[in-house]
Amino acid sequence: MPLIKDGVLAEDLYTAVDDDAPLPEGPVIVSLKRLRAERDSLLGRNQKLGVKLTSAESPESIGSDLERLSLVVLEFPKFRDGRPFSWARILRSRLKFDGEVRASGDFLYDQIAFLQRVGCDAFALPPSVTPALFARALAEMTNVYQPAADGVKTIRQLRSEP
Amino acid sequence: MYRYDEFDAAFVRERTEQFRYQVERRLKGELNEDQFKPFRLMNGLYLQLHAYMLRVAVPYGTLSAPQLKMLAHIARKYDKGYGHITTRQNIQYNWPKLKDVPDILADLATVEMHAIQTSGNCIRNVTADHFAGAAADEIEDPRPVAEIVRQWSSLHPEFAFLPRKFKVAVSGAAHDRAALKFHDLAIEIVKNDEGRIGYRILVGGGMGRTPYIGYAVGDFVEKPDLLAFLEAVLRVYNENGRRDNIYKARIKVLAQSLGQTEMRERVVREFIEIKRAGTLQVPQEERARIEAYFAPPAFEALNDAPLPTEGALGQWVASNVHKHRAPGYAIATLSLKPIGGVPGDISHEQLDGVAQLMDDFGYAEIRTSHEQNLVLPHVKQSDLPAVFARLKALGLATPNAGLITDIICCPGLDYCDLANARSIPIAQKIAERFADLERQHAIGELKIKMSGCINACGHHHTGHIGILGVDKKGVEFYQLQLGGSATEDAAIGEIMGPGFGENEIVYAVERVVDLYVKLRQPGERFLDTYRRLGMEPFKNIAYQEQLHAAH
Amino acid sequence: MAQKLTANRLIDGTVLYWRAGEWTESFAEGEVLASEDAAKAALAAAQDFVARNLVVGTYLFELKGEAPLKEREIIRAFGPSVRPDLGKQAVR
Ligand code: SF4
Repeated sequence: MPLIKDGVLAEDLYTAVDDDAPLPEGPVIVSLKRLRAERDSLLGRNQKLGVKLTSAESPESIGSDLERLSLVVLEFPKFRDGRPFSWARILRSRLKFDGEVRASGDFLYDQIAFLQRVGCDAFALPPSVTPALFARALAEMTNVYQPAADGVKTIRQLRSEP
Repeated sequence: MYRYDEFDAAFVRERTEQFRYQVERRLKGELNEDQFKPFRLMNGLYLQLHAYMLRVAVPYGTLSAPQLKMLAHIARKYDKGYGHITTRQNIQYNWPKLKDVPDILADLATVEMHAIQTSGNCIRNVTADHFAGAAADEIEDPRPVAEIVRQWSSLHPEFAFLPRKFKVAVSGAAHDRAALKFHDLAIEIVKNDEGRIGYRILVGGGMGRTPYIGYAVGDFVEKPDLLAFLEAVLRVYNENGRRDNIYKARIKVLAQSLGQTEMRERVVREFIEIKRAGTLQVPQEERARIEAYFAPPAFEALNDAPLPTEGALGQWVASNVHKHRAPGYAIATLSLKPIGGVPGDISHEQLDGVAQLMDDFGYAEIRTSHEQNLVLPHVKQSDLPAVFARLKALGLATPNAGLITDIICCPGLDYCDLANARSIPIAQKIAERFADLERQHAIGELKIKMSGCINACGHHHTGHIGILGVDKKGVEFYQLQLGGSATEDAAIGEIMGPGFGENEIVYAVERVVDLYVKLRQPGERFLDTYRRLGMEPFKNIAYQEQLHAAH
Repeated sequence: MAQKLTANRLIDGTVLYWRAGEWTESFAEGEVLASEDAAKAALAAAQDFVARNLVVGTYLFELKGEAPLKEREIIRAFGPSVRPDLGKQAVR
């Protein structure tokens, strides 16, 4: 599964670990459940740590540990489940999280530009999206009508410029 | 009316090209139907019973003459010569070919139209009072607000995959002609005690399987705060709306389960934060820029004159002409409900004919209504005879607006993939039964609304008389509901009892109506009499005589 | 109960009926699938056309005599009952 980070193909430095599997060396991604259960040992590893949220889990439920995480993975169980769009927005706008926010799971080509707008900077591409398509998806629409987490100037702002 | 600037134009153009590329990929086999379907739906393209169906957005129901001509052109060139006005003020074509749709969208873009978000689980095309800018009882034209909402909601990145579709309506008048209380979200323009204008925000109304009347989550939202408030509502919905059951996914179910107090608290919490961020505030200059587009035409200084009362013209005036805010002017409804016709259908000749009429009389705009008619908002009273004559020649002068044959009716089983029963033929039979004009006028205001399945696109829950088509072991049956209303006195119709067969339903409606005429007190509409007497007498007459007739 | 198999052509949406490994636009020419096994086999074979992105929405429906059992399929086979000038009924 190719990973795109900041717009380019990147190596995935993290290992996703099941709840009952032993922890390998290096940066890992664990579930919120495991983070809660093994909080102290996970945070004490002195390694980068990522948490994967299901679409039903708000990033607010991570609590103050969020600042010790370097990655939050937002999982799309089905592309129709649009909650991760709000979670990304909340991570960036409310919780001011500046680590990696990675979209993962069953998202579609047409959702990539939206995901970037709400604050995702990394994408574990599903089989239907090649890196070439990914690049195209971000280039299709030039301007936007509403502010989001990407800081792009809105059409209203552009209108009021001289 | 609103005109696109370079940004709006580029936005629609790019969206069209994006769709063209997706259609190419689909036809080349690079996308399968599961991957393509959500995207085509977001662009208004369905697959229906016979063919594809393209739903074109008519934002807040406002159209210009060039737009009507383009709609006529599309009907002729790509479809079978007609379109259908929907209960959400849009127009849909029943026979487009997938391969042509990108060209259709490109043609639409040349007249500043599109099909963006006319389907899918997103914020749908915004509707508004069809008398906007003309009604005598209006605080403020609702369309600038609707346009601001349209722009904000267009490809909103956070809210394109909601639990379910999300419908917004706006009204600025005392009398609710936009069915506010039956929308996922409604914006009511209100004036506070200090004389300032702001917005009352309702949520959680809806029809469908479980109809609910919306309640207020914001009593007075200040103008600059509108989008921040809407964004707050949408976020609460996106996070908490049910996704496990399609029938419980609309915001109305969340609104019921949370209750008004909890809903308000959650919305306000989000609202405060979004407002603080500041980027969604709508500054005065932007509001003024958009409002300027909707400035009313320069009305001449005229006086109200007595309107014609005699003959065919008089009959048309009595039902289809409404009070205008400017002296000497009137609002005229063009009925798309000819007796025996298909409610809401309009041919390419009629579309062109109306556009020509608009050019000849200097009308800049026309409206589509959720009642599936057209409305000319600013007609000089002295022009009424000439306008009537033109409309008559076009077959658009049926004098029945608001009367029993002005039936709201969804496409039903004749076109719709989801239908349980046909609805159009039943509407036609009822209209034929009550075709006599004197009888219609004697009956007075009576709204019959009909749907071919529980999705309630025909708004049957809010009909004074509502009719719902159901399928009972492969046979079409029709349930009667009485006492619904979509206006400020909103009510959900009460189900009478077991359904009637296809041949019986018209008689049942007639018996109910005849009983009303017999029992009404002076000045009572059907709805008033029903509210005074309740279901019992109507139920008795509807079924008793049916049993009697069967023996 | 005897059945027929239908789908829509991808490129233009036209309603199609299965006929011995191919498709026809005419309901009357559609193959009567007399047994459940024949119906299942046709439906399975039709998936090849779905995979090749030629048709969408394949499904079986029941017949009563020569006509479709359900009103829905009658309307699909012939056209809107309120517009005899449109749909397949208009072609013949
Ligand atoms: S109410 Fe049902 S039958 Fe009528 S248009 Fe809506 S989905 Fe179709």
